Amino acid sequence: MLKLPIYLDNNATTPLDPRVLEAMMPYLTDVFGNAASRNHPFGWAAEEGVDYSREQIAKLIGCDPKEIIFTSGATESDNLGIKGVFEMYSQKGNHVITCTTEHKAVLDTCKHIEKLGGRVTYLPVNEQGLISLEELEAAMTPETILVTIMYGNNETGTIQPIREIAKIAHSHGALFMTDGTQAVGKIPVDVIADGIDIMAFTAHKMYGPKGVGALYVRRKNPRVKVTAQMDGGGHERGMRSGTLNVPGIVGLGKACELARLEMAADTARLSAMRDRLQKELMTLEESYVNGSVEHRLPHVTNISFKYVEGEGLMMGVKDLAVSSGSACTSASLEPSYVLKALGLSDDLAHSSLRFGLSRFTTDEQIDYAIGHVKEAVTKLREMSPLWEMFQEGIDLSKIEWAEH
Amino acid sequence: MAYSDKVIDHYSNPRNVGTLDKSKKNVGTGLVGAPECGDVMRLQIEVDEATNTITDAKFKTFGCGSAIASSSLATEWLKGKTVDEALAIDNMEIVEELALPPVKIHCSVLAEDAIKSAISDYRVKNGLPALEMAHH
Repeated sequence: MLKLPIYLDNNATTPLDPRVLEAMMPYLTDVFGNAASRNHPFGWAAEEGVDYSREQIAKLIGCDPKEIIFTSGATESDNLGIKGVFEMYSQKGNHVITCTTEHKAVLDTCKHIEKLGGRVTYLPVNEQGLISLEELEAAMTPETILVTIMYGNNETGTIQPIREIAKIAHSHGALFMTDGTQAVGKIPVDVIADGIDIMAFTAHKMYGPKGVGALYVRRKNPRVKVTAQMDGGGHERGMRSGTLNVPGIVGLGKACELARLEMAADTARLSAMRDRLQKELMTLEESYVNGSVEHRLPHVTNISFKYVEGEGLMMGVKDLAVSSGSACTSASLEPSYVLKALGLSDDLAHSSLRFGLSRFTTDEQIDYAIGHVKEAVTKLREMSPLWEMFQEGIDLSKIEWAEH
Repeated sequence: MAYSDKVIDHYSNPRNVGTLDKSKKNVGTGLVGAPECGDVMRLQIEVDEATNTITDAKFKTFGCGSAIASSSLATEWLKGKTVDEALAIDNMEIVEELALPPVKIHCSVLAEDAIKSAISDYRVKNGLPALEMAHH
């Protein structure tokens, strides 16, 4: 039997893989030591778990285990990376470049450093959600210390041209950071080949536990340092104090190991399911895929259904756990700033649904989702005066609407 | 957000969805709201001119569940009422009947506007002055 509602909001968070939980269990029970306790076996056992996790993570992203700084999650990692570079390299310059479709953890951190006297350039994106390399090149100045552009977008799945961006940043002597939250564990990410100096990522987007993430900080060519944003016992090479979340860290390591071993198979299966879902939903008239179809994470699709109102649509797809372009940020009904940055009108941004598949998504669930969304959109359109006008060939933009 | 059972009922089984022939002299049409505000309601009434009674009412709404429910409920209430009785429908009656939360009161206001706008259209078609519409 199909269990409802069906969870298709895996860009928000993923379920914990039972194998990850199994790896964590000893550290939630018997192996409870503080990884910083150097004087007894309880501490040594905990540290062993942490060190093994560093190796598992390093293998996934192609770095040295020593280059991993554990944090509470991607938001903290983004904060530490950006604020840490801004403080550490203040002698060199105060200019940071990012883009308008970044996660709030990056955008709001950039706003913060603006208050501290930093200068931030927010690059626009095209209708595919991609930044322009020419515009990036033009924005670089001698004061630019950091370029931070996300790997894969959380709302549309759009993948930025990371290697080219890194090259431009480096050619001007700036560091390159990426928010890899949605990409790490989903697509091959190699910090050496990609030219990444700093990267934020988290466990709970790749079947690991919540509350644990990491910041990759390059140790050579060049050696990068970030100023600690949390002062205390000097853990994590002095860059992030605080007793390590050993069970979480072990979980993150296991999640990375599974991702590395199963990525190819997961990608093949998920992209086939995602493509089928998208193809079926696109048979509905006046539906639009948001963001790049070519440069996209394998498990994501974001589709707008014109002439259907977003909140009504969410109510109509109650058997699915999905996000809409007006939900995620919202108690308020602001349309998604990411979709607006792609050039979507408010109404089209409102009427979008984001589907994020996971390792645990089944064909049966996708079949159900297809039927359910089609039914809801069709029903709401039959009820929509805008749909009727559209079908009569009336240009809605020419109508003088009574604003209220 | 949690919707009331009545909102869910009207959303799932909307009453009187459809279109009346607006070229007929005894049909009044009201179109209120705006797409960028996320709500557009079209409400139509058909009036028996001899008795000044509303014999049929239809709606189509682009909007959230509360907007759909407000217009669906309005069409139910309109049928059988005289035009004057229909004019007396107050948005707060809709709020109470559907247990709308404060953030959804505008849906009931829009429904009341739609009723008045439809009646005004009917009046104009029949040589009477348009209604003064309150602007919310």
